[in-house]
Order: sequence, then structure tokens, then C-alpha cells
Amino acid sequence: MAVEIEQTPNSPRSESSSPPVAIEARGIGKSFRLPSHRIDSLKERITTFSNREFRELRALHEVSFDVRRGEFFGIVGRNGSGKSTLLKILASIYAADSGRVRMAGRLAPFIELGVGFNPDLTARENVELNGVMMGLHRDEARKRLPAVLEFAELEEFVDMKLKNYSSGMLVRLAFSVMIQSDAEILLIDEVLAVGDASFQQKCADVFHQMRDSDRTVVLVTHDMNAVEHYCHRAMLLHDGIVRADGDPHEVARDYLRLNFEQAPTAPGESGGTADVILVDAQLEDEAGQPATTVESRSPLRLSAVFEARRAVEGPTFGFALANADDIQVAGLGLQLEAGLPDRLEPGQRVRVSGAIENRLAPGRYVVKCWVHRNHNYANLVLHAPHVLDFVVFGPDVTGVVDVTHDLRAVIE
Amino acid sequence: MSAEPARLELQEVRGPSAIGGGSRRFFDLLWLISLNEFKKTFFGTFLGYVWSLMRPLLLFAVLLVVFTRIIKLGGEIEFYPVLLLFNLVLFGFFQEATGAAVGSVLAQEGIVRKTQFPRLVIPLSSVMIALFTLALNLIVVFVFILAFGVDPTWTWLLFPVILALLLVFSCGAALLLSALNVRFRDVAIIWTVLATVLMYATPIIYPLEIIGPSFLREVLLANPLTLIFEQARHWIIEPAAPSAVAAAGGWLHMLPAIAIYIAVCVLGVWVFRREAPRIAELL
Repeated sequence: MAVEIEQTPNSPRSESSSPPVAIEARGIGKSFRLPSHRIDSLKERITTFSNREFRELRALHEVSFDVRRGEFFGIVGRNGSGKSTLLKILASIYAADSGRVRMAGRLAPFIELGVGFNPDLTARENVELNGVMMGLHRDEARKRLPAVLEFAELEEFVDMKLKNYSSGMLVRLAFSVMIQSDAEILLIDEVLAVGDASFQQKCADVFHQMRDSDRTVVLVTHDMNAVEHYCHRAMLLHDGIVRADGDPHEVARDYLRLNFEQAPTAPGESGGTADVILVDAQLEDEAGQPATTVESRSPLRLSAVFEARRAVEGPTFGFALANADDIQVAGLGLQLEAGLPDRLEPGQRVRVSGAIENRLAPGRYVVKCWVHRNHNYANLVLHAPHVLDFVVFGPDVTGVVDVTHDLRAVIE
Repeated sequence: MSAEPARLELQEVRGPSAIGGGSRRFFDLLWLISLNEFKKTFFGTFLGYVWSLMRPLLLFAVLLVVFTRIIKLGGEIEFYPVLLLFNLVLFGFFQEATGAAVGSVLAQEGIVRKTQFPRLVIPLSSVMIALFTLALNLIVVFVFILAFGVDPTWTWLLFPVILALLLVFSCGAALLLSALNVRFRDVAIIWTVLATVLMYATPIIYPLEIIGPSFLREVLLANPLTLIFEQARHWIIEPAAPSAVAAAGGWLHMLPAIAIYIAVCVLGVWVFRREAPRIAELL
């Protein structure tokens, strides 16, 4: 694993002009105490005497980095790598156990869109409230209303209560509030997969503008496309440690490599024997290039390579797609092509590729994978709970599946 | 870059705290959130304000019938009905403020976990909302007071002192309860019971003087609310009634109540400040 600490020379912002540091983090550490039995009532506190053991979970360890003004900085890492904890420390939501953070400029104190919106208030009231949360004066916040509404294209709905907004409208409003605040530093946690296609385009434009503006943006994401697209620099966190910091393309590659290293080494969860490992998996676009976003209804082109460590008789390959709520939306199983011997020899590789019909509602999905022997689901050889993730973008649909139909409504 | 504005210099990020983000933002947020929440209750529903007034008035009507027709508790007191209403509205404020505050931090989980938000605003806005309600209810109460023929005296001008004492005590209790409830989720349940106990441990429906010198009286006098309510009665409704000092039997006897009052406030601030940085993790 390549560990880079300093910016790579080809990063456009590392020229001699070198703008001042906007965020300086030094040696940040954070641990959570996970009691083996959490005491959360007075009754238990009084009645429980022993049992004060806990497990110490180290979320961040000696994390140091600088973000320069105007930089678009990506933080990537697998689930549980500590990236959200880091963001919360930067945003003063969590207190760090050690180390210190210094910042230059005003920070938009949100890490998720739409937090602090009150559904019982109108857009007008919410924009004011949100503005004040960001540290604006009340009248400054009010003055910003027209610009916010214009960007969100919600002028007609200014006096509608947010509970009557659609989710797409909410996201537009939230995004708009965030970018129209003139905070110098923005912390953003996974927002790129929001809204319909045209609004996405608009957000993409804004991100491009931000990339070139004086604003400092810290983006936490799984989406390597976004990292490679927008970020000047990126940092890879793994188990709370900085694994790489530098050129976004390289960091994105490190991230993907890390994903594959990890996936097959975690078969224990379900008792897989790891006689087969997954060596590569990706979604591809039509040109065969790796993709992490797919437009709704266009097919998912999956390509995965397995390698047998030991002989496996009658292998079955299973894939499942789970949405952000961890609901398995679709699953499929396949065997080696007819005509091939139904057996894998040690060292043999299997490529699974092709297109999957895409009826997925827009959102984030995780691909899971299993391999069984003897065509029997009881004989688990490999279980990789997180092979890759991708985002389906497109117009909002109701439910988890985007069905087509030829229903018609006529008057009888 | 030579004329760098001061705010663009690196400044220590201090992490989450009770007030975090400057006092102006704090007060703006407190005001806006309380006002919005208040508007929601009062203008959101057709009978919003009427309902909030109905509660003390109904309780008042029931207690009035019970204690003047059935148990003749306040027969001796000239303005017993108004005193009862006055006490109920004041105690209603305390009960509403603390009752809403105790679960407030949990209820605002989203804000606490996902924004840098001055935590103190959350319980205090519960108190503010109760204060707005009290202000409206007091208008009605004073109409009653005048209608029943209570003569206004100059001591009415001292009413803000009563309100301030009650407000500070409510804030102290609100901070203490809301912070404890994050750690121990049954505090909210315990408090609903305790608040009822407290209502009977305060001379609200009965006058203090019916309890002769006894241990029970000492207990009631150790309740800070008892002294506040006695003083309010003396100043507003019935100048002939003993003041708090007289009721307690001298300054010295007020010490337990004063100590508890200060303890609740200091403890509230201390516990809340101590817990504030960690609230987001405990949710």
C-alpha cells in the first residue's frame, strides 16, 4: 500500500502560490467506550454493581492533515473507517480525545443536508432558522431567502410547510441553503446522489464552481467518481489511521484496492472457508470503464473475478443488491457455463460479467457476494458483504423498485 | 494576502459545548426556535391558545368545586378561588417547562448529532415556550383577580421578582433534568411522578397555615417553591397573608429552601456543561 503524506506535485493547488491553511488537524484521536452492557437507566445504575466492563473502540488515531484555502478535499474510507467521526470532530459535534483542530474562517456547521429543518415551518421560516444556525444575523438570513429559493427553484412554495414538500424538493432546498450561506468552509457528508437528474447536474456545476472558488470544501464520500472529479486532494482513512493522502486518483485506486483486500478476508462472519476469493469487482459503463454511478433504468454492467485457492466442486456464485436501508432488493445466482467442467481447480480464475436489468429506485446500493460449493447454499465458501457500492441516479420513484407498466386510466 | 481579515486566521476549534458558536447566535437561536415552536402550538391548530388555557382553567374549576363545596379547604381565605387559579397557573409554568425540557435533548437528536448546535438552547427553549404560555395565561389570571375584587397594591410591581425566581429555578431544573435524561432514560418517567409529588408539596390547593408546626411543615418549607408561592400570595392576592419570611418563621428557617434552590441551579449548570460535549455520542 502506497502511503503518501504530502501533496503530489501534480496537484494544481500545491504550486508555489500555496494558499494559507484553512483547516489544520494535528494528532486527532478518538475512542468510544462500548460497554458490554450499556446502562442507560437510573434503575439499572442503582441495581447493577458489577459489569462495568467495556470495550474500547479506537475510531481515530493520530490523524493529522492540512487543508488549504480553496481546496476541495476528499475523505474516503470504508464504513467504520472513522471518516464520519473525523467529520463530526471537525464540525464540533464530537469532542476529540486528543490532538487539536484549528480553522480559519466560518464553518457551515452541517454535515448532512436538511438537518435542523422543522417540517412544521414554511420554507421561509426554515431558511431563516438555518441561516441563523450557520451564524448569520437574522436579517442577513432573511435577505438570503430569494437567492436560496431561486437556486432551489422553489419560489412558488415559499410559504408551504416543509412537511408537504416532496423529498426531492427538500433536498434542493437544503442544498441551496448550504451553498448560499457564505461560510468559508463546508463539510459535506455524501450528498451527491440527491435529487433528480437535472438538479444533480446543477449540483455538479456548483461543485465545479466551488472547486475553483476560494471556498474550502471537505467531502466525505464512498463515491470515487466524485472524488476523482471534484477533489484537488484526497485522504484515505482505514481503521482510524491515515493510509494515504494526496492525489485523488491514486487515493481512489488505493480505496478500491483496500476494498478487495478486505472483502474476502472477512468470510468468518458467515463461516465461509475462503477457498475462493474475490480478486476484482467493478461496475462498468458502456465503454467498459469503471463506474460508480448508473442512471436509473440503464443496465448494471457487473464484472467480477474470483480465484480458487483450493478445489471447489460445483461452485455457485450469488450476488445480491442491498439498498441504503440494507434491504436486499434483488439477488441472483449462477453456475459455471454449461459445457465447462463443474469444478474449480486451485489457481483457476472465474470471470463473471454481463448486464443486470436495472429496476432500482434511485439511491445508494451495495453489492454483496457469496460462493457456495456443491450447489448447496449450506456450503458457504465465500461471503463478501460489501463488494462494491454504487449510486443509481434519476427521478425519484415511490418504493424500492422502479417498475414499468402499461396501466391506463379511462372513464367508463 | 497582506491585509488578511482576522477571521481568516487559524483559530482553535474547541469542540462541542453548551453555548458554542458565540452568544449572539445563541440568543438568536433560542429566540427563533422558541418562537417557532410557540407559534406552532398556538397558531398551528384552530383552538391552540384556547386549549392551553383550558387546562389550568378546567383543573381550576374542578379543584374549586372540590375544595369549596366538598372539602371546604379554602373557606377561611377571602380570595381562595383566585389564589387557587393564580397558583395553578404559576405551577403550570414550572411543570410545563421542566416536563418539556426533560426529554428535549433526546427529541432534538437530529440537530444534536448532525450540526454544531449550542446544546443549551434546547432545554432553555422549552422553558421559553412555557414562559410565553405563562404570559398569555397571566393576562386571564389578572382579569380574574380584578374581577374578584382584589385591590391592586404597589406590591404588584414586585411580581417580576417572583417570576424571575421561578424562571431561574425552572431553568436550573430543566438543565439538570435534560442532561441526566440523556444518560438515564428513565429520568423523564421519574420526573412526571416527582412533578406531581412536588405539586402537592407546594401550597397550591391548600394554604400553608392549615399545617401546624410539625415535621411535615418543615419539609414543605424546605421546598423552594413553597416560599416563592407564599411570597407571591402575600404580594399579589392577599397582603394579610404572611410573607415568605414570616411563614418560614424567620430568615434562618429559609436556609434549607435557599440551599436547595441554589443547589439545583448550580448543579443544573454544572451537570449540563459537563455533559454537553458528550451528548452527541450518548444519543
